[in-house]
Amino acid sequence: MDELVNKRINEVLKGNHEAFEEIVTMFQHRLYQVCYRMLGNRQEAEDIAQEAFVRAYVNIHTYDQKRKFSTWLFRIATNLCIDRIRKKKPDYYLDAEVPGTEGLNMYSQIAATGDLPEEEVEKMETQERIQYEIGRLPDKYRSVIILRYMEELPLQEISDILELPLGTVKTRVHRGREALRKQMGNM
Amino acid sequence: MNTCRESMIHYMHAYLDGDISRDEERELKEHLAVCPSCKEMMDELQSAVSFLQFAEPVKAPEGFVSGVMDRLPKEKPKAGIHRLLRRHPLIAAAAMFIILMSATLFSSYNNQQFSVTKQPNLVIEGETVVVPAGETVKGDIVVKNGNIRIEGEVDGDVTVINGSKYMASTAIVTGKSEEIDKAFDWLWYKIKSTVKGLLPTSDTGKDGDSHTDSE
Repeated sequence: MDELVNKRINEVLKGNHEAFEEIVTMFQHRLYQVCYRMLGNRQEAEDIAQEAFVRAYVNIHTYDQKRKFSTWLFRIATNLCIDRIRKKKPDYYLDAEVPGTEGLNMYSQIAATGDLPEEEVEKMETQERIQYEIGRLPDKYRSVIILRYMEELPLQEISDILELPLGTVKTRVHRGREALRKQMGNM
Repeated sequence: MNTCRESMIHYMHAYLDGDISRDEERELKEHLAVCPSCKEMMDELQSAVSFLQFAEPVKAPEGFVSGVMDRLPKEKPKAGIHRLLRRHPLIAAAAMFIILMSATLFSSYNNQQFSVTKQPNLVIEGETVVVPAGETVKGDIVVKNGNIRIEGEVDGDVTVINGSKYMASTAIVTGKSEEIDKAFDWLWYKIKSTVKGLLPTSDTGKDGDSHTDSE
C-alpha cells in the first residue's frame, strides 16, 4: 500500500494530475470518516475532507516519503477540523437534516449547543448515540478518542498525527475515556 | 471514594491501552475482585469504549473524488517552474548564472561611453574614428558608441557597436567587418568573444598588441 502510494505521489510530483485522483480514491472514506466523526455533520465533513485533499495536493512536495502518508494526510484533516470547530462554536446549520430521515446531523448539532434530555437520548439508535456521545466530548479528547477507538490507530501514530508528545496523547485518551464513562453512566 | 482509587484508575487506563506490566495487571485484577466500586468503574470504562466500536464505517458520498479534483488549483506554468527549480538545484544554479550573466552583459551594453581600440595610426575626430588614407592599421578595431570612417587599410577585423561605418572607395579591411546595434546582436557578439577568449587560440599574438581604452 505505502509503496503504491509513494509511486503515485512521485507521479503527482512530476505533474501527473490523474495520479492524485487515485490517491483520493484510496483514502477518501477514511478521511471523510475522521472528519465526519470530528464534526458530526455530513456537509461539513465533505467540505473539510475535500479541502484536506486539496491542501495535500498543493503541499505534496513537503511530504516526507519516509513517513506514512496516511499520518500526514490525517494531520492536515484533523487540523482543519479543529479550526472549523473553533470557528463555528456558536454557529447553527440550517440545512441540518430532519429527525427520522437521517437523524445524525440534527443530534450532533444539538450536541454542539447543549445536551439532550435523557429520554431523548434513550430513544436514539446506536449509530446516532455514538455520534452524539463523541460530539459531547471536549475537542481535545474528541480527536484522540476518534483516532484511538474509531480509526483504531496505535498511540504512537496518534501522537504523530496530532504532533503531540506520546505522554500527552495517553493522558488525553485516559481523560477522554473518563469523560465518556461519566457522560454515558450505566448503559 | 476510597484511597485505592488513584493508582487503580491509573492501572485501569494502562490496562485498556495494553500498556501494563504483568505485576500491575495481577495487582489490578486482585483489587477488582475485592473492590466493587473499582469493579464498577472498570466495567463502565470498558463498556464506554466498546460502545464506540459498534460505530459503522462511514463512507464518503458519491462524487467525492470528482469534487476534490474540481477543487484542485489549476497548475500554473510558474508553479511548475518553481517545482522544477526546487527539485533540481543544478537547473536553479544554471538559471541563476544566466540571469547574473545577462545582467552584467546588459549593464555594459547600456554603457553609452564612446570607446575605441587604440591603434597607433588612428585619428579620432569627436566620436568618429578615422583610418587615414594611405595608412595601414595593424590589428583589430572595435568602436563603441561611435562611428568609423575607413579611408586607408585595416589589417584585421573591424567591429562597430552602436554606430556606423563608412567605407571610402580606397578602404581595405582584411578581416571581418560587422556592425552591431541591437542588444541581441551585441549579446551574441559578447558571448562569441567570451567563448573565443576561453578557447585556446593559435594566434594569441594578434590580441597582444591591441587593448581597449575608454575616452
